[in-house]
Amino acid sequence: MLSALDRKLLRDLRGMLGQAVMIALVVSAGVATWIESRTLLASLETTRDQFYERNNFADVFAKAKRAPNALSERVAELPGVARVETRIVEGVNLDVPGLDEPAVGTLISLPENREPVLNRVYLRRGRRLAPGRDDEVLASEKFVDANHLRVGDSVTAILNGRKKTLRIVGVVLSPEYVFMVKPGDLVPDPKRFGVFWMQEEALEMAFDMDGAFNDLAVGLAREADLEETLFRIDQLLEPYGGIGAYGRKDQLSHLLLTNDIDGLKVHGTVAPTIFLSVAAFLLNVVLSRVLALQREQIAALKAFGYSNVQIGWHYLKLVLLIILLGSAIGIPGGAFLARVFTQMIALVYQYPDLIIVLKPSVVATGVAAAGGAATLGAIGSIWQAVRVAPAEAMRPEPPASFKPSFFERIGMGAWVPNVARMIIRQLERRPARSVISVFAIALSVAIIIVGQFLQDAVDFTMEQQFFRVQRFDMMVATIEPDTPDILYELQHAPGVLRAEPLRTVSARLHNGQHERRVSLVGLPEGGQLFRLVDSSGAVYPPPTGGLMLSAKLARLLHVEAGGVVRVETLEGQRPDEDVPVISLIDDLQGLNAYTTLDGLNRFMGEGPRINAAYLQTDSELKLQTFRDLKDTPKVASVTVKRNALESFHDTVAKNLGTMKKINLFFACIIAVGVVYNSARIALSERSRELATLRVVGFTRGEISTILLGELGLLTLVALPFGWVMGYGFAWGLTAMVDQEVFRFPLVVERSTYGIATSVVLAASAASGLLVRRSLDHLDLIAVLKSRD
Amino acid sequence: MPSPTTAATTGAEGVKDAVFAARSVVKTYQMGEVAVHALNGVDLDLWPGEFVVLLGPSGSGKSTLLNILGGLDAPTSGDVFYRGEKLTAFNDSALTRYRRDHVGFVFQFYNLIPSLTARENVALITEIAPNPLDPVEALALVDLDKRKNHFPSQMSGGEQQRVAIARAVAKRPDVLLCDEPTGALDVHTGVLVLDAIQRVNAELGATTAVITHNAVIAKMADRVIHISDGRIAGEERNTKKVAASELEW
Ligand SMILES: Nc1ncnc2c1ncn2[C@@H]1O[C@H](COP(=O)(O)OP(=O)(O)O)[C@@H](O)[C@H]1O
Ligand SMILES: [Mg+2]
Repeated sequence: MLSALDRKLLRDLRGMLGQAVMIALVVSAGVATWIESRTLLASLETTRDQFYERNNFADVFAKAKRAPNALSERVAELPGVARVETRIVEGVNLDVPGLDEPAVGTLISLPENREPVLNRVYLRRGRRLAPGRDDEVLASEKFVDANHLRVGDSVTAILNGRKKTLRIVGVVLSPEYVFMVKPGDLVPDPKRFGVFWMQEEALEMAFDMDGAFNDLAVGLAREADLEETLFRIDQLLEPYGGIGAYGRKDQLSHLLLTNDIDGLKVHGTVAPTIFLSVAAFLLNVVLSRVLALQREQIAALKAFGYSNVQIGWHYLKLVLLIILLGSAIGIPGGAFLARVFTQMIALVYQYPDLIIVLKPSVVATGVAAAGGAATLGAIGSIWQAVRVAPAEAMRPEPPASFKPSFFERIGMGAWVPNVARMIIRQLERRPARSVISVFAIALSVAIIIVGQFLQDAVDFTMEQQFFRVQRFDMMVATIEPDTPDILYELQHAPGVLRAEPLRTVSARLHNGQHERRVSLVGLPEGGQLFRLVDSSGAVYPPPTGGLMLSAKLARLLHVEAGGVVRVETLEGQRPDEDVPVISLIDDLQGLNAYTTLDGLNRFMGEGPRINAAYLQTDSELKLQTFRDLKDTPKVASVTVKRNALESFHDTVAKNLGTMKKINLFFACIIAVGVVYNSARIALSERSRELATLRVVGFTRGEISTILLGELGLLTLVALPFGWVMGYGFAWGLTAMVDQEVFRFPLVVERSTYGIATSVVLAASAASGLLVRRSLDHLDLIAVLKSRD
Repeated sequence: MPSPTTAATTGAEGVKDAVFAARSVVKTYQMGEVAVHALNGVDLDLWPGEFVVLLGPSGSGKSTLLNILGGLDAPTSGDVFYRGEKLTAFNDSALTRYRRDHVGFVFQFYNLIPSLTARENVALITEIAPNPLDPVEALALVDLDKRKNHFPSQMSGGEQQRVAIARAVAKRPDVLLCDEPTGALDVHTGVLVLDAIQRVNAELGATTAVITHNAVIAKMADRVIHISDGRIAGEERNTKKVAASELEW
C-alpha cells in the first residue's frame, strides 16, 4: 500500500511531468555518456590488451638492411630481452584484380613449421600457409574486404622486379596492424594498402635474404629497461644498416590506439560532468519553485507532527524518482551509444571482435553519480523550505520585493517600455538563477560549436594538406636512393606533366636528452608540387644551411629557431653532426624536418641522390601512367593523392558525421532542458500576473511576449557567451589534440557560429511554444479568487 | 439618465439604452456528478453612470455574475448585452478588446504586478488604452500620486487596492467592476478605498458595480440588488446616498 504521502508524491510528479521528463533527459544524457565512454574505454583496453597478449605483440621493433640470422642470438642475450623474432619485411607494388590504380603491400615472413614467437596473426577465415608453398599468402582482412576478394583469389606482386602471383589462402588480423596505414599516411586506405604474410623461404629467395633478416621484433621481460635495450639493439644492428629500434609508443598502430583511448578518457569525464551539473542546476530551480508552491502544505505537515527529515526525505524521493527515470533512459542509451561508437571504431580498427561488456559497476557508478549530483542540487532548496517554522509558513509569502533595474539606475529607464521593465526586473531579482541559466544555454551553444569546429578543423586540414601543401597528383618512391636519372625517366612517362625530386633519410634528432625519430626531407629549391605552408597560409622555401622543423617537433625537442640539433642519420655513411635549426613551421601533420635536397645530399656525403618524386599528371592519361609506373622496376610505390583524399573522407569524415549528430542531439537536450524549465518556472511564478493582465485586456500575444521575452532575453544574452565559450572549447581541444600525428588548426568558421546559434534559437523557440500552449489555457477567474 | 423602473429589468427595448442587460442568464458548473447552479436565470439592467451594489451571502453567485458582465466568463445559457451588443456572441479576441477598451476591474486581492511601481502598474494599462488618463493623474484620483514610485511590496493593502483602482480607472472605463474590493482590508482602509471608488464614479461617470456581502456598504449605492441562490432576490433604491467616509461598521 502506498502511503498517503507517497501518493501525493506521485501526483506532484504528474503535475510537473513535462519538467520532470526534461530533467530526466538531461540526467539520461549524463548517465549515457558516462556508460558509453567507460564501456567503450574498458572494451577498447581489454580488447587491445587481450589481442596483444594472445598474439604476443612485441615490445621493441627494429629494421635493418640485411643482418645475419645469427645476430638474433646476440639480441636474445641482451639483458631484459625475453623473446626475439627475426623477419623479412618488404614493401611491394601490387596488381589487384579490378583495381586500376596502383596498390602497395607489405610482405612479412612467417617462419616455416612453427608459430612465430612474436606478432602472431589471428586467422579469421581460410587456413594457414602450407609448408613449402612459396605462392601462398595470408592477407589482412581490411584489404581483402575492401577489394571484395575471397579466400582462393590471387593478387600479383612485384617482388624485387619480378612478378609473382600470390594466392590468398587465409584472411588474418595482426596486433601490429590493428590500425593499418601505409607508412607515411595518416588514415587507412585498405583498398590500396594490404599486409601479407608468406613463407620465410619464399621471401628469402625473392629478396636475396638467405640466412638474413631485415626486421626484428623483441619481447621484453618485465623488469627490462626499454631505453637501454633500444640502445643495445641499435649497437648490434648498426653494422647491418639498422635504422633505429623503437618501442611500442612509436609503433604507428599502437600510437593511434593509445591516442584514441586517451581522448576517450578525457571525453568520458567531461561530458557526464557537464550534463549532471546542468541536471543538478535544473533540479535546484524546479524544486525551489515546487517547494515555494507547497509552502503551506509543508507547514501543515509539520503542524501534524512530521519531522524535518521526514519531509525532506519525501521531496528527495521526488528527485530520486526523476533520477530513476533518467537512468532508465540513460542506461540503454549508453549501451546504444557504445555500440554506435564501436561501429565507428570498427571502420578503422581491425580486431577479432570488439566485445561490449556493460559492466554493472559502470552502470552503478553512473547512476550513483547522477543521484549524488541531483541530491547536491536539490538539498539546498529542500532544506530551505523545510526549515521554515510552521507558523511562518502558514502565512502566505509576502509579495516579492523588486527594485529598479540596472538600466533604470543608470538613468536609461525612460527608454525601457513597461513590459521590458517587468522582464528585466524579474531577471535581476534572482541574479544567480539568471546567470546560471545564461551559462547553461551558452554551454549548449558552445557544445554545438565544438562539434562543428571539428568539421571546420578537418575541412581546413584537408584543404591545407591536400591542396595547399601537396599540389602533386602522385608521389612515387624508389626502392633505393638513386641518381637523378630516374627523374628524367619519370618525366617522360606517359601523362606526366611535371616531376620534382625529393629525398628522405631516416634520422634521430637529439637535443640533450630529448630525442625524436624523424624522416629528414630534402626538397628541391623552387619546387612547386610540395610546398611548405604554415597554418596561416604563408609559403616558405626549403631552408638552406640547416633545418626547418615542425613547431610541434621543436617543442618535443625543446629547441627553438636559431638553436642547434644533433642529427644522427640512420642510413648510408650515417653522418652524425650538429645542424642549425633555421626556422619552425606551424604545420598540421606529423613531425617534419625539412631542408634542401642539395643540402641533404651534401650532409650525407653522397652525390646527387633522390628516393622519391612528386608528379603532376594528366588525369586523362591516368591509366597509361599507372601502367608505366607499375612496369618501372625501380619504383617501389605510387601514392595517388586523390585516393588518399577519398579514404580520408570515408573514415574521418564518416565518423565525424556520426559524432556531430550525437553532439547536436545532446546540445539540444541541454538547450531545451534549460529553456523549457525556465519557461515553466517563469509561467508558474508569473501565471497570476499574466492572468491578471489578460483580465484587464491584454491579448494572448501580449502576455506571451512578457513570458517568452524573458526566455528570449536569456537566450540572446547567452549567445555571445556561448560563442566565446565555444571558441574557448575549440582552443582547449586543439591544445589537447596537439599530437605528433595530427594537430588541429584553430579555425572556427562563421557558419559554425551560425549553426550553433540557430539550433539553440530553435530549441528555445520550441520550448517557448510548448509553454505558450499552457498560456492559452490560463484560468483567468481562478487567479482572482486566491491570494497567491 | 433614463428613469429606472421598479423592476430590475425593462422590456427588450431597454437593451439598447442600458449599459448592461442580462436576460435569463444561467451558469452551471459541472462538478463530476453534481451540477452546481451558480446562476439560476438572472435578468438585470445597469444604467449609465449608476453606482450599483450587488449584495448577497457568500456563494450566492455574485462573482459569477460580475465575471460574466466583465467578459471573463460565458453563461451556460441566456444572453448578456453591452450597449445593445450581444456580449455572449463575442469570441475570445473580441472579449479581450472589450475588456481592454471598456472595462475597469478591481479585485479583492489587488492583483498588482509586483515588479512594477505604482505608476508603472497604471501605465501598463494606459499604454494599451485608446483615450487614457495620465497615470499620475489617475493616481492622484486615489490620493496616491506621492507614492507613484513605490513597488507593491512597499505599500499597505489599502494603498495597493487604491493603485488597483487607479489602474482600473486610468483607461476611462465605461464600467467599473469591483469584486469585494474591501474584502481583505480593515474598516479604516476599506473606507478610503470605497471613497476612491465613489469619487471615480462621480468624476468619470463610469457605471460602477461593487460586490459585497457587507450590507453597510450598500448605503453608498444608487441602487442595491440583492442576490441569493443564483437569483435576484430583490432590489431597492437609496433615496439618499451616503458618502463612504460616513459609513460605519
Ligand atoms: N469554477 C467553479 N467551479 C465550480 N463551482 C464554482 C466555480 N466557481 C464558482 N462556483 C460555485 O458557484 C457558486 C457561486 O460562486 P460565486 O459566484 O463565487 O459566489 P460569490 O461570489 O457570491 O461568493 C458557489 O456555490 C461556488 O461554489
Ligand atoms: Mg465572490
